[in-house]
Amino acid sequence: MKISVDRTVLLKALAHVQSVVEKRNTIPILANVMLEAKDGVLTLTATDMEIAVVERVAGVEVSRPGRTTAPASTLYEIVRKLADGAKVELDHKGGDAPLVLRAGRANANLNVLPVEDFPSMTEGKMPHHFALKAGTLRDLIDRTKFAISTEETRYYLNGIYLHAAESDGAKVLRAVATDGHRLARVEEPLPEGAAGMPGVIVPRKTVAEVRKLADETQDEVSIHLSDTKIRFDIGTVQLTSKLIDGTFPEYERVIPKGNDKILRVGKKAFADAVGRVASISTEKSRPVKLSVSRGNLMLTANSPELGQMQDELDEELVSYDAAPIEIGFQAKYLTDITDQISEQVEFHFADGAAPTIVKDAGRGDALYVLMPMRV
Amino acid sequence: MTSLCRDCLHHAEAAFRSCPSCGSGRVVTHAELLALSIAHVDCDAFFASVEKRDDPSLRGKPVLIGGGRRGVVAAACYVARTRGVRSAMPMFKALEACPDAVVIKPNMAKYATCARQLRAMMEALTPLVQPLSIDEAVLDLSGTEALHRAPPAVTLARFALAVEREVGVTVSIGLASNRLLAKIAAGRDKPRGFAVIGAEARALLASEPVRLLPGIGPAAAQRLARAGIVTLGQLGSLDAKAALRFGEDGPALAARARGEDNRPVDPVRETKSISAETTFDADLATAEALEAPLWRLCERLARRLAEKGFAAGGVVLKLKTADFASRTRAARLPTPSSVPETLFAAIRPLLAREVDGTAFRLIGIGAAPLVPALGADAGDLADPDAPRRAARWKAVEALRAKFGEGVLGAGRGLRPKR
Repeated sequence: MKISVDRTVLLKALAHVQSVVEKRNTIPILANVMLEAKDGVLTLTATDMEIAVVERVAGVEVSRPGRTTAPASTLYEIVRKLADGAKVELDHKGGDAPLVLRAGRANANLNVLPVEDFPSMTEGKMPHHFALKAGTLRDLIDRTKFAISTEETRYYLNGIYLHAAESDGAKVLRAVATDGHRLARVEEPLPEGAAGMPGVIVPRKTVAEVRKLADETQDEVSIHLSDTKIRFDIGTVQLTSKLIDGTFPEYERVIPKGNDKILRVGKKAFADAVGRVASISTEKSRPVKLSVSRGNLMLTANSPELGQMQDELDEELVSYDAAPIEIGFQAKYLTDITDQISEQVEFHFADGAAPTIVKDAGRGDALYVLMPMRV
Repeated sequence: MTSLCRDCLHHAEAAFRSCPSCGSGRVVTHAELLALSIAHVDCDAFFASVEKRDDPSLRGKPVLIGGGRRGVVAAACYVARTRGVRSAMPMFKALEACPDAVVIKPNMAKYATCARQLRAMMEALTPLVQPLSIDEAVLDLSGTEALHRAPPAVTLARFALAVEREVGVTVSIGLASNRLLAKIAAGRDKPRGFAVIGAEARALLASEPVRLLPGIGPAAAQRLARAGIVTLGQLGSLDAKAALRFGEDGPALAARARGEDNRPVDPVRETKSISAETTFDADLATAEALEAPLWRLCERLARRLAEKGFAAGGVVLKLKTADFASRTRAARLPTPSSVPETLFAAIRPLLAREVDGTAFRLIGIGAAPLVPALGADAGDLADPDAPRRAARWKAVEALRAKFGEGVLGAGRGLRPKR
């Protein structure tokens, strides 16, 4: 294999693929990126056996087609430190011969591992296919990913549950994530082709990778999936991931139905006040207490070591017309949700001990459930 | 000298060999008899005694309590002990020494009932009762003279008789000025004993081997022996600086060797972990085979947690391979639980990761950290069914209490027919 490619183009491609490579690997070849040059195209592949990222770089001068594998992070580091605008030559004579990298007067000999040993994540059939605008995909991910659990015991919570559902008679694509303390449910109109899709749990690492890639495009993202795998085609990148093999909880049952005490409050003022009072509680598990009465919202936090702090919101920012209530939430959980809300936050309370619904008063496509803490 | 007849409770300022009042030879004599108030109470071959009580045909026969061929002896009656059988001995060895022994599978529920009865009787003597195990406790009887209208020694002798009459097992009592000496005393006159250690403690201990001290195991004894210390007298004569050579606890150890111990009797001493384990008759290697005993252990653990008013904040899996290597694996529970189904769901994946063809001889499960039972099994947004599982388990336990263990259970806990 012998090719010549712009440093900038190669760097971008390497950045995409090398981020799935695990930093510490027990299987040496998983630290490598597979390079294949043919017909003016360089294809780069990296995998951690759960996710495989394939990137096709067109417009490459291929003077001798071929393929090999080389250490992904080393290659990425070298290319990253080359001068901008440099032309990079990659030359592999075949077999055990090193991969020679030349750029200007710099050159490197990189050890290779045989292509035959590189694991391929066989895709199998992916019978379901639909497309989402990149912006829509970003939106689905951003408004749910904070609620993804990291606990090992309930591994089936370590991802976003993506499935087709019906919401008030409309067919929707739903993304749901929960860690047991909070739950995020976001929906978009069901895209064509998604009607018969199985409910799938997309792992946290895949979500993070897809989110990064979705930043780089305004085009549509094409999604293919089966019961066990999902593939995202984002620009020139193809990311295939295994799905979490588990059953997501029946989340509908935990979304409270009769919460009739409704508080509306300006998002910015509220989030700022939560941040302020929370600065007194060093332990993140300590609650911020919301004391709500007609047209009034008081926030309190206290720490046995440091003291106590409270803040009251301006009357004109608060709308509440039900019986007074006192309820505590973890500060971080509140701001994780308000970060996803634009203008007005809407709380639906039942009582001080029951799960509370939080919504963006301006849009109905996202719903959050928060478990209160004892105060 | 004061003497006390342990049968008729007659006591007097004299040293008599047999009771002048009833003629019994069960007399305890000691200068400080009526002044000492820390007592160590230990049941004699507890499990075996309970079984003998319930089955008179076992009287006079060697009885061993323990699991199948591969288990260890949980208790050996005194007949079996005369043949050299000891607790914690592997069962096959015990049966070599005592081939005609009657081996009985432990019925922990029955022993626990008995132990509760004993505990209640102790708590009627003094509020300061610190249980050390199912059949052992230390009691502080200071200041109970007015209440019982008798000095502690007399109260204890009366208690021992009451236990024999009401529970049907015998106890051995050690009476001393502190916990350590009381424990040592209790071991000096077993079974059905009553021993007193007073001011003579240091002289008495001096010639004893260091292993007599609780806390000195074979390894520590070896380390001491390398330094030329084999008796408690030698250990006790070390000053604080010299004792430090044997670790941070050295000086404390030297003090103990002199019979000094200032640990109070603490009835609310914290339970640090609760666990259950079982040794298999034949090694097991597959997940399927291991899960059945694991499930039964989850049930046992859940029951122990409930008895002690705790829930598990996490679970610990313990495995011992056929060549005696230990493996422990832990997982945190999302919300604390004391329900077997929830414990099992958390520990099952830990087991799955260990099943790699290795043959295991023992499996165990523990609860750690322990958290208060209040608020456990409340579930969360990802597990709304937790309270129902808890209610179901309670119902199963209620039915079992009424109709017996076998009345209802999960299929996965069934033992395969041999």
